[in-house]
Amino acid sequence: MKMIEVNNLKKSFGKLEVLKDINIDVNSQEVVCVIGPSGSGKSTLLRCMNLLEEPTGGDILIEGDNLTAPKTNINELRQRMGMVFQQFNLFPHMTVMENVTLGPKRLKGKSQSEAKELGTQLLDKVGLVDKADVYPDNLSGGQKQRVAMARALAMEPNIMLFDEPTSALDPEMVGEVLQVMKDLAEEGMTMTIVTHEMGFAKEVADRVIFMDEGFIVEQGTPDELFGNPQNERTQAFLSKVL
Amino acid sequence: MMETINIILEGLPTLLKGMGLTIEITVISLILAMFIGLILGVFSITKSKILRTISTAFVDIIRGTPLLVQILFIYFGLPSVMDINLTAFSAGVIAITVNAAAYLVEIFRAGINSIDKGQMEAGRTIGFSYGQTMRLIILPQAIRRMIPAFVNQFIVSIKDTSLLSAIGLAELTLSGQSIYAANFRAFEILFAVGVLYFIIIYSLSLFSRWLERRLDVA
Repeated sequence: MKMIEVNNLKKSFGKLEVLKDINIDVNSQEVVCVIGPSGSGKSTLLRCMNLLEEPTGGDILIEGDNLTAPKTNINELRQRMGMVFQQFNLFPHMTVMENVTLGPKRLKGKSQSEAKELGTQLLDKVGLVDKADVYPDNLSGGQKQRVAMARALAMEPNIMLFDEPTSALDPEMVGEVLQVMKDLAEEGMTMTIVTHEMGFAKEVADRVIFMDEGFIVEQGTPDELFGNPQNERTQAFLSKVL
Repeated sequence: MMETINIILEGLPTLLKGMGLTIEITVISLILAMFIGLILGVFSITKSKILRTISTAFVDIIRGTPLLVQILFIYFGLPSVMDINLTAFSAGVIAITVNAAAYLVEIFRAGINSIDKGQMEAGRTIGFSYGQTMRLIILPQAIRRMIPAFVNQFIVSIKDTSLLSAIGLAELTLSGQSIYAANFRAFEILFAVGVLYFIIIYSLSLFSRWLERRLDVA
């Protein structure tokens, strides 16, 4: 089943055309990694998928619902899609537990105790139960990102979007974040990940998409794309980063 | 020395009554101004050009004219062309409210803008509406940062109420004037008036320092 369907997507910022006719599908339980040089439009593509950026043309279907159709309730639709940011974006005025339970309490009508139970379960999953009552300022980057994942998962989404989740981390903290993502992939979460972690993409992705200058240049299984890239630009990019 | 104290003590009941009125006008005006300031502050950062224009026009007009002129305009100017009859108290509250609101709009706007835009995005991606994100995530953080600026404006507004003496409202300053007009002891009475203003404002300063400390811990 197609979870995300992107058809002829175009996006411009003023005169600058960042996405030029993008077509991709993401199937249920599939892990798709999007790689490419900076400025290739990969983050913009991801941000279009939950309408943080308004597409200039084309359409995007999430579980069959058209994202930009006037009758679509974007707030309801976003609840089915979790997002993890490069800069974590935790709420600094709330404890870790409050960060995780805000959505379930306010949007899903969960009681304080139900939300707390769910929150504890998710913090356990990311290995941070002992930090439940701590404020985000007192966490390391890796811990913040794991809380951010727990917060996104608290809405029990069907799809998870990751926008360079390890790019703002110190190298020694990258592993703990990737581990949680790997666990999630193994549980069968549908995931779209914009990343610079080629090792992770190789190991975890079902499909890797290479983007450059607003186009999808090449896509395939990690073996195909990393082992035997067909396009010159893919080859040039991979020779620089591998 | 005894004489000075006696003069002040004699005037004190009148002065305290004036001080009560000063506080009453300030409190009512600032509560109203906070609502208007918040609403127009949010207007000023929306995508809607009409709402932004309304907000900008309000701020520019009020900030661009002297408060004393506004007070006189509302109390004497408006009734001369419209069929309204404002008491000095209502006119005073309107003038102080409108004036404080114009400055508060800017405080709200700057405070909300100072919050990283990732906070709005994080709220929206969880599935909160713009309004919910504003209320639950942006404003609680922004208002903490705005407290020093709010207090500054509150203090200015307290002092501004003294201009309402121009339309015969017996607030603290006019109460003082009426006393020394009768006993000619301007020095003692105005000194007492100054002390009473200082007490109101200094109490507010202490409260705001306490509030900031308390919120800092959270």
